[in-house]
Amino acid sequence: MTTEAVAKEETAPADRTPLVELDAVSKYYGNIRALEGVSLEVHAGEISCVLGDNGAGKSTLIKIIAGLHQHDAGTLRIEGEETRLSSPREALDRGIATVYQDLAVVPLMPVWRNFFLGSEPTKGTGPFKRMDVDLMRRTTHAELLRMGIDLRDVDQPIGTLSGGERQCVAIARAVYFGAKVLVLDEPTAALGVKQSGVVLKYVAAARDAGLGVVLITHNPHHAYLVGNRFVLLKRGAMSGSHARDEITLDELTRQMAGGSELDDLRHELEQAPEPDLRGDGGAP
Amino acid sequence: MSTTAPAPGKPVADERLLKTSPLKKFLGRPELGSVVGALAVFLFFAIVADSFLRTTSLATVLYAASTIGIMAVPVALLMIGGEFDLSAGVMVTTSALISSMFSYQMTANVWVGVGVSLLATLAIGVFNGVMLIRTDPPSFIITLGTFLMLTGANLGFTKLISDTVSTKSISDMEGFSSAKDVFASTITIGDVDFKITIVWWLAMIAVATWILLRTRAGNWIFAVGGGEHAARAVGVPVGKTKIGLYMGVAFGAWVSGQHLLFNYDVVQSGEGVGNELIYIIAAVIGGCLITGGYGSAVGAAVGALIFGMTSKGIVYAEWNPDWFKFFLGAMLLLATLLNAWVRKRAEATK
Repeated sequence: MTTEAVAKEETAPADRTPLVELDAVSKYYGNIRALEGVSLEVHAGEISCVLGDNGAGKSTLIKIIAGLHQHDAGTLRIEGEETRLSSPREALDRGIATVYQDLAVVPLMPVWRNFFLGSEPTKGTGPFKRMDVDLMRRTTHAELLRMGIDLRDVDQPIGTLSGGERQCVAIARAVYFGAKVLVLDEPTAALGVKQSGVVLKYVAAARDAGLGVVLITHNPHHAYLVGNRFVLLKRGAMSGSHARDEITLDELTRQMAGGSELDDLRHELEQAPEPDLRGDGGAP
Repeated sequence: MSTTAPAPGKPVADERLLKTSPLKKFLGRPELGSVVGALAVFLFFAIVADSFLRTTSLATVLYAASTIGIMAVPVALLMIGGEFDLSAGVMVTTSALISSMFSYQMTANVWVGVGVSLLATLAIGVFNGVMLIRTDPPSFIITLGTFLMLTGANLGFTKLISDTVSTKSISDMEGFSSAKDVFASTITIGDVDFKITIVWWLAMIAVATWILLRTRAGNWIFAVGGGEHAARAVGVPVGKTKIGLYMGVAFGAWVSGQHLLFNYDVVQSGEGVGNELIYIIAAVIGGCLITGGYGSAVGAAVGALIFGMTSKGIVYAEWNPDWFKFFLGAMLLLATLLNAWVRKRAEATK
């Protein structure tokens, strides 16, 4: 494996403080090493991709950035300030919005209620304090239109939208609420080619709007399309960290797919005797 | 972010949206099943029971509906929030007992007892809520525990203090008549007597609907019931919302309990067992999804109305009241099937 890549010092210019910076962060669940020595930088207007297979520690990494779990070792800096997030609310308040795989939407609720869930605007005072329903509907419609989703009806339950549309609603919601850092957990995992393209377009749009994006994925092709830097995770440890100009898609794919292990596998497969597929005991 | 999408047709919204007919909108409402059911039950008894359509009969039906509805409405909100409260039935009795016994033992103005009862009942609600969010078991188990404890405590304390299973009369005590005005009086309109519980019932429907549809808390109730993890992830105070819902049920129990007390003057400590299921059934007939996240206060109120019409209608039709439960079960099944069908239709309409 490319262990020398791990040791490589970050070459980011010192004049720019990353929005979020993880430095040798570790997390243990009892005696299980979920994550160890992972470093990651997220800059404004850039997309940092975290790649890894199942069980590589991607989810744990997200949970630390999103404030669901606290790290056990290493440092987490937000805009240069060393910190420890105690709750998802605190992460949100500091501008880190996470879009989970399940999208954190309530399927039976209308789109507009979902869009503002947890941060509903109100008007009036005392017992007449109420949600500003008109504003909520109008804003939802307008924000989604900006994302290119021309919603038929903001009153429809969000469960009736397609996977890609729901993903875009979740991203639009994070952008609208002033997120500085957008953490996306496998946004294209369950989507077809075309829908993935739509979602990646909005990821890029969020980047162009000046947000720092953390894109978690196990698809190197999607990552390479939009990513500025790539962190590879393997079995809870960092197995590589590259800036875009240091690595090709082929190399990224190779590392992602298992690198030398893949070579071994190919070797093994070539050596293996031809399997008997006819099921007649190999009779001529 | 100025990316405009390749939206087909005009970039302006709404053009692709087919006109939704008011009928279709109505079909998408959670109350639909219960309203149709209520009409059917009304017509049925109007035909088979001659005396059903008299105004005095209707007042009686409304009274029966209101005593259930005062509890069914907050129970419906709780169900929309994804939880149950099996202690709701006996909590009514507990609330009445506390009020009566406190006033009697302290020889205080009955309003003191009413106030103490309010605090104590709300505390039971808070207990249910806190137990639920602090521990893992489902609310079914937690409130089953509360239900059994309250059932036992109601009988135990009453026997301990007054040596019988009912409380002493407090009708000669200070403040009784004014408390009776508030909780158990009769309003005469024309020559028909309406019980004041109907007013309480309507007020609770209005407040519950307002909370559910127009406040942040209402948004949170739908969210904690429809997707608790999602709600937590976007910063909804899940715990507080649920405790609030249990306090709502406790408030309903307090109103019902005070009505019991001031209507009958004495309280039978064994009452209330089994009523919790009636409240839940009314909420389900009213379109509340048993898994949470969907339903309405108005629906639950109509569910309670169906109850009132059925229980009294059978009497007016001079049938054996044993048939009441059969009707109820059939109604519950029909309403559930109808609601499931309607919801599927509503969600499929894109």
